[in-house]
Amino acid sequence: MSILVNKETRLLVQGFTGSQGTLHSEQSIQYGTNIVAGVTPGKGGQVHLNRPVFNTVEEAMKEEPNASIIFVPAKFCKESILESAEAGIKLIICITEGVPTLDMLDVKKKVDNLGVRLIGPNCPGVITPGEAKLGIMPGNIHKPGSIGIISRSGTLTYEAVKQTTDLGYGQSSCVGIGGDPIPGSSFIDILKLFEKDDQTEAIVMVGEIGGNAEESAAEYIKNNITKPVISYIAGQTAPAGKRMGHAGAIIAGGKGTAEDKIKKLTECGVHIADNLVSIGSKVSQVLNS
Amino acid sequence: MNLHEYQGKSLFAQYNLPVSKGKVIFNPNEAADACKEIGGSRWVVKAQVHAGGRGKAGGVELIDSVELATKFAEKWLGKRLVTYQTDKNGQLVNSILIEECTNISKELYLSAVVDRDSQKIVFIGSSEGGVNIEDVAKNSPEKIIYQGIDLNSLDSQEDAITIAKVLELDDMQTKQFIPMIENLLRLFVEKDLSLLEINPLVINENGDLHCLDAKLNIDSNALFRQPELQEMYDESQEDPQEAEAAKSDLSYVSLDGNIGCMVNGAGLAMGTMDTIKFFGGNPANFLDVGGTATQERVSKAFKIILKDPEVNVVLVNIFGGIVRCDLIAEGVVAAIKEVDINIPVVVRLEGNNADLGAKILSQADIAIHSINNLAEAANKAVELAK
Repeated sequence: MSILVNKETRLLVQGFTGSQGTLHSEQSIQYGTNIVAGVTPGKGGQVHLNRPVFNTVEEAMKEEPNASIIFVPAKFCKESILESAEAGIKLIICITEGVPTLDMLDVKKKVDNLGVRLIGPNCPGVITPGEAKLGIMPGNIHKPGSIGIISRSGTLTYEAVKQTTDLGYGQSSCVGIGGDPIPGSSFIDILKLFEKDDQTEAIVMVGEIGGNAEESAAEYIKNNITKPVISYIAGQTAPAGKRMGHAGAIIAGGKGTAEDKIKKLTECGVHIADNLVSIGSKVSQVLNS
Repeated sequence: MNLHEYQGKSLFAQYNLPVSKGKVIFNPNEAADACKEIGGSRWVVKAQVHAGGRGKAGGVELIDSVELATKFAEKWLGKRLVTYQTDKNGQLVNSILIEECTNISKELYLSAVVDRDSQKIVFIGSSEGGVNIEDVAKNSPEKIIYQGIDLNSLDSQEDAITIAKVLELDDMQTKQFIPMIENLLRLFVEKDLSLLEINPLVINENGDLHCLDAKLNIDSNALFRQPELQEMYDESQEDPQEAEAAKSDLSYVSLDGNIGCMVNGAGLAMGTMDTIKFFGGNPANFLDVGGTATQERVSKAFKIILKDPEVNVVLVNIFGGIVRCDLIAEGVVAAIKEVDINIPVVVRLEGNNADLGAKILSQADIAIHSINNLAEAANKAVELAK
């Protein structure tokens, strides 16, 4: 088992023929992902990477995709997400960074009402090692295994992946939920899936400063998650009031500090990797105790 | 992106919100005319900077002569105002807002933000506004109301009445408050705000509601569709290095240590700073060089990092995703040569073709400490920085 994506996933790529869409689709196909079609308005009827291109998601539905990945520019993301959701796709992954927050407020409400699982925006995507790669992560650092990884940051996810691969554990699935203030899916949404997944023995949750998603997750873990959770929080040295790259990574009004998050997580029984380089060894320590 | 008070108030006026008659000046010789145009015999002069705490720092004065307005402008224009919210250098004052005087009978607090938890726009109000709102939040949180607004219903009347009760408004003021909330909400949505704060919102001597301050922050991701607001950008209010980095599409935040950091990815950049601290060093900056660490971007990043005179070693930490490490290594070597760096550089490359990347770094005819293990690389940087 795994979560969200596997060999059965039939992927549609929105923004298929653009430079990002092309590069990452090529990599995904090479990894073994079943891309069934692409959408680029105005390019319907063409063939790209040996896959049919359609003008709209609705037309592309005849290829029976069950997931969609979005590479379109930020200003068109709202429209693209809703287009997929309304066409009946139940898993949408939005990679694009820079989507306006108010667009996401609206999108989030609508996809929730349609029962659609949205991952991102501003995220590396989702991978189930050895089965399917729906995202921009380097496939070669992953290995099928027992650790579920959830993260607000792309390259930090890769660190956690590399360390768990090097120690031989591998990953069941890895989910980048993205660094924006209003993400499509929260830590809690993904924790629920890992809790139910037989292949996952332990969960690594990589958080960062800003908001209180980690605090809410901590409370949820205490009451609902039976598997061990190991967490690393980035931004312990970040100054208050400055946006640290990600739109969501800002300490505002004294809230959202790494210190507060670590305190809450510890209180709720989450194991803290106190340092970026010790995520893997913390997993070992917890699983061997 | 932050707006100045005078810019925020011009938006307030567009949305029929009650603001004082006022005029912004950029030169002391405009002060007298501005006062005369506004009329009356008493004015408030306010230094315009992107920071709170101006009153306590001397940046706001009540004056009763035209000469004092000119004097205030001469005193502040071109100078830097230091408040408890700024750093030690303060913010440059390049404009002053002159307003008619408002007689205050009570100070309230009103703001709105996008709340991540409830995923709604939330209005925050308190009957105790003014300069000590942070103490109210800390000591009497029960005096503050958080009211989420359902954007789909577009009817905020019930919400406005609920907030009005906490603000202890009378019937007449509540009648003014209902359209006020409606207009603020429209402003928030139409202008892509991420924060709107009126502190204080006052009840004047006639018992009417009046917006005495305006602090607005725009969602930077939405600026592409707000050309009118883009025009309001004031670069002088930003850290010069941060502003220059932003022009090159690099995300940079200056800190007070001596180890320069260049990292790909915002999360990993924070993680690298933390790792340096963990091993006893002090990061000089946050810098996300982006997903594609090309020679051009790496060169620009080096130039920005090296503008900070405190920096005496640079740690480059790149987790090569899709881009191969050997290509990144070639870019880093070329960039170091191009920028002509004469302080130690520690490079950690991980990911696709990391071995090949390390080989290119160690064979380069310039001194680079190529260390594949992040803990060792951070330790080396800390040691070299001492």
